[in-house]
Amino acid sequence: MSQSSHIGSDFSCVDILTVLYFKILKLNIKNSKEENRDRFILSKGHAASALYATLARRGFFSEDILKTYCQNGSALAGHTIKDCVPGVEVSTGSLGHGLPIGIGMALSAKKDKKNRRIFVLISDGECDEGSNWEAALFAGHHKLENLVAIIDYNKIQSFGMTNKVLNLEPLKQKWESFGWQVKEADGHNFKELEKTLLGLPFKKNYPSIIIAHTKKGAGVSFMENELSWHYKSPTQEQYDIAIKELDNYAKRIY
Amino acid sequence: MRKEFIETLITLAEKDKNIYLLNGDLGFSFLEEFEKRFPERYVNCGIAEQNMMGVAAGMAMEGKKVYVYSIIPFAVFRCFEQIRNDIAYHNLDVTIVGAGVGFAYGTHGATHFAVEDIAVLRVLPNLTIISPADPIEMAQLTLQSGQTKNPTYIRLDKNTKKLHQPDDKIVMGKPSILKNGKDGVIITIGSYLDIMINVQKRLAEKNHHLKLLHLHTIKPIDEEALLKEINGQKIVFTAEEHKLIGGVGTIIGEILLRNNINNITLKSIGVSEGYPPVIGQQDYMRKYYNIDEDSVYKKILTELEKL
Repeated sequence: MSQSSHIGSDFSCVDILTVLYFKILKLNIKNSKEENRDRFILSKGHAASALYATLARRGFFSEDILKTYCQNGSALAGHTIKDCVPGVEVSTGSLGHGLPIGIGMALSAKKDKKNRRIFVLISDGECDEGSNWEAALFAGHHKLENLVAIIDYNKIQSFGMTNKVLNLEPLKQKWESFGWQVKEADGHNFKELEKTLLGLPFKKNYPSIIIAHTKKGAGVSFMENELSWHYKSPTQEQYDIAIKELDNYAKRIY
Repeated sequence: MRKEFIETLITLAEKDKNIYLLNGDLGFSFLEEFEKRFPERYVNCGIAEQNMMGVAAGMAMEGKKVYVYSIIPFAVFRCFEQIRNDIAYHNLDVTIVGAGVGFAYGTHGATHFAVEDIAVLRVLPNLTIISPADPIEMAQLTLQSGQTKNPTYIRLDKNTKKLHQPDDKIVMGKPSILKNGKDGVIITIGSYLDIMINVQKRLAEKNHHLKLLHLHTIKPIDEEALLKEINGQKIVFTAEEHKLIGGVGTIIGEILLRNNINNITLKSIGVSEGYPPVIGQQDYMRKYYNIDEDSVYKKILTELEKL
């Protein structure tokens, strides 16, 4: 057991990652650096284990490697490190960095007239960081149609509810006013997510953003919407219950 | 030397289509020629330096060679974490060009002083730091650093006076030797060299013949080459328009300690602690901090006479 934190954040976004990696992103599993792949940046780098698990299940590397997560000497850190395993594009961990980097990638693709897309997953609490709003302004101004942001909006940030810490609402209107096309979706409904993502780009000459309504700790009854699972690791007993519940959860949403 | 920088960059950009210039909404009467020549490869990112550094990183990840311009406080301090995480950590081909070394913007006030940039940037792995003293160094070092792929920080002084001979060969990583002497060594950085050339001359008139080195490449330093120049001397003076903490004085001190050299005295001259309650032109601020030519000359002379 890694005894690492952020399991609630992982379960909040892993369904989004699943839809992206199995249905949406243009990838080459055998050559993770293929030039015209779609790029994905996990700007909320603390959900690293959700990304590692998704990449392993998608076939980028052996699932055995997952056992080293957060173990001494492992490259699988609690926040993603570029190229720690095939498929991890950017080192993240400090919030508010992924979107500007994604913009740099999107701008390069646009200048080079390449049709690849850049996806950036950000968290709701991350929207407190001013750099995201600098980035939002830039992407709208430069009409980066190949840029897609997804907000994992579980409404709980590090130390409280987002509407109590720093209210983000009206979130949709904020992004719209920065020149983005916004859609909302249930972040745990595979069909709805897929349908929404297949509609990209939402409008010509606009960056797209999906506000995905999610639950922190989704799929495990005692973790759902519980701030403490931003930090805790399950006991063996909790782990066994969680695994059972997740099996049922998976059957329900697949 | 702004002219030499932008001319050299344009020369590089003519040959390399991957060169881009990002700008934090500054550079009036400086960057226009680049914009005119390469409108598709010039982006004014607005007054948003954190985003600009991230954008530079993202572009460099896609194989672009990105130059980023602003004045030092905004190009370095405002977005330090972006430089640390996005650029240095990923070891990307991004060159940060910071204008306004030392008290160049002296009348603008302490927000615009650039006397801590070396201290904060030299701790970052992968980053090369260059502080050219004159147009000749600027042209050659911009060209040389243009061939490298790692992150680079260029301090853009405003000095237009040539301190080198036109055919002097400047080599990145090796100190420039401007004068030879056996009565001690002066090490300086940036266009502050101009002052130290005069100080060296005045000391020579008093029969103190000091060697004068310019450490244009602050990181990485070829320690062997540097030690070769100072070994056998009794005293080394460092002089800089930068804080004493973390500047060239600190750097030389570390090198002497690390190499167990205890028979050379080190005297560091630079900007002392404290935010000044006054502002003034560069010359005025130098006097305020006792790093003007006369003050430095007297300090060094006093030390030499003690020997």
